[in-house]
Amino acid sequence: MPSTLVEKIIARAAGKSHVEPGKIVTCKVDLAMFHDGSGPRRIARTLEDLGAKVWDPSRVVISSDQYVPALDVSSTAFKLAPGAFCVGGDNHCLTGGAFGCYMAGFGGTEMIGVMITGKIWTRVPETVLVLLSGEPSDGTTAKDIILALCRLIGTRNNFKVIEFTGRAVERLPMSERMALASMASELGAETGIIAPDAVTLGAIRKAGGTVDDSALEIWRSDADATFELRFELDVTSLLPQVAQPQSLVEAAPVTETQGRRIDQACIGGCVGANLSDLRMAARVLRGRRVAHGVRLLIAPSSPQITRAASEDGTLDTLTKAGAILLSCGSASHASSGAGILARGEVCISSTNRNFKGLAGNDDAEVYLGSPYTVAASAIEGQIADPRPYLEGRAL
Amino acid sequence: MSRSVCGRAWRLGDNIDIDLLLPSSYLKLQQEQSAQHRLAGLKPHFMRCEVPGNIVVADANFGLGSSREQTAYALKIAGVQAVLARSFGRVFYRNAINLGLPALFFPFADEIASGDRLEVDPLVGDVRNLTSGWGYCVEPIPRRVMRIIRDGGLIPHLKKRLARQQQRSA
Repeated sequence: MPSTLVEKIIARAAGKSHVEPGKIVTCKVDLAMFHDGSGPRRIARTLEDLGAKVWDPSRVVISSDQYVPALDVSSTAFKLAPGAFCVGGDNHCLTGGAFGCYMAGFGGTEMIGVMITGKIWTRVPETVLVLLSGEPSDGTTAKDIILALCRLIGTRNNFKVIEFTGRAVERLPMSERMALASMASELGAETGIIAPDAVTLGAIRKAGGTVDDSALEIWRSDADATFELRFELDVTSLLPQVAQPQSLVEAAPVTETQGRRIDQACIGGCVGANLSDLRMAARVLRGRRVAHGVRLLIAPSSPQITRAASEDGTLDTLTKAGAILLSCGSASHASSGAGILARGEVCISSTNRNFKGLAGNDDAEVYLGSPYTVAASAIEGQIADPRPYLEGRAL
Repeated sequence: MSRSVCGRAWRLGDNIDIDLLLPSSYLKLQQEQSAQHRLAGLKPHFMRCEVPGNIVVADANFGLGSSREQTAYALKIAGVQAVLARSFGRVFYRNAINLGLPALFFPFADEIASGDRLEVDPLVGDVRNLTSGWGYCVEPIPRRVMRIIRDGGLIPHLKKRLARQQQRSA
């Protein structure tokens, strides 16, 4: 029975030979992931109250590194195997799909159920196949691809998984693949997934994991599988994209929005402030200064990322350029105040559309772009094309 | 106890946002009070309906836009016994079932009018419109998940399982 990669993963987890979209099945969980300590602390209390034990502690991972820097691989990567059925707490960035796993987010109550029973019910999602062909140019990031896809396939892909494939995906490093997989949520999708290839296996093995070469044959969609939609995007001529979050589906090339004066630029939130994002911003800002009258706010996603960015000089580069460093996650909480805009202010941000901290005012305008675009805009004091700022300098 | 849910259809449209059903200003109230106020806000006469059981029949993306469990809870304790919709926001759908509120994907919302008497059997995916005489067959909720619903939600279901396990090992 021809199946998509996600259907194969769910079938195996549910102990069935195959599954169809729309059916409800109960799956055994291979891995339950929590971000930092807050999830497990709350759940431990509930388990105690219920008099319950964790079903299999070896299958519970507390992830303190959300993202994989270009050269290092996350400590959690070795637990992620192609074909695994993984669940993450609500606030988790779902990057496991880049390793050929199914990884989706679930609420606190459901994670308690997983911790006790090791199982979870799911409605089998449809798969949307996005074929990325061509070669992405320098300055075009996973974020730009996602913004373009918001316009092309919309942001209401409920109960669907986006499977990314094609030559352009093969050319992406793991960090960008993880960004693609997790940003599938901006398209309204349940998660994103990329079938494993040599790069994937290399990353897993480098992190100390064991994976057989046969994974390449087993964990891929069948050529004749039924997809909800097949969509091809040639990324060769894809320009850096900018979106207004009020109409995310109308993301357009930066060349159409550039020149719009800004008051604030943000690198923050769950999706837009991992180590790769900070390094991208630093690449643009090295030796340059934020424009007078513009606030560039940086809120790294976790303390671990702050530490890593401090150790490798990234934070130094950013602060020397005039960036304001916020405490982790503060920009993504409305209560922090630092990122709230005044009436009539304009901001460009690298985060996703749920960045509530910026929604301080109905008259404020918030544009979205990649870390490159945000950094270039901070330098010019207006929305700017980042490409000229990248010439001649490596990451 | 019959497994079928009987009630009157409460017809709603596309993209029903959770915030319409449960605006933040009401979240401060106790959960029971919150439910009363919320639904009263949307449908002023709803709380005075004679028939206690009500079945929501909605179009696309019912419950889109929120991660709060309160909304499904509010619907349930206000007397909604099942939710049928062309499609759901995923988080709302999961919260509904895990709080014991049956939710079914239902492509035939256009054929139901507000006030129609409905009979819904989620275990076999059977929906009958007793007012029009038409019956429909939709994707059911399997037995294992129906047990969660029948136990009143995931937490009561887990408590029951744990109690049985503890009895067995005692």
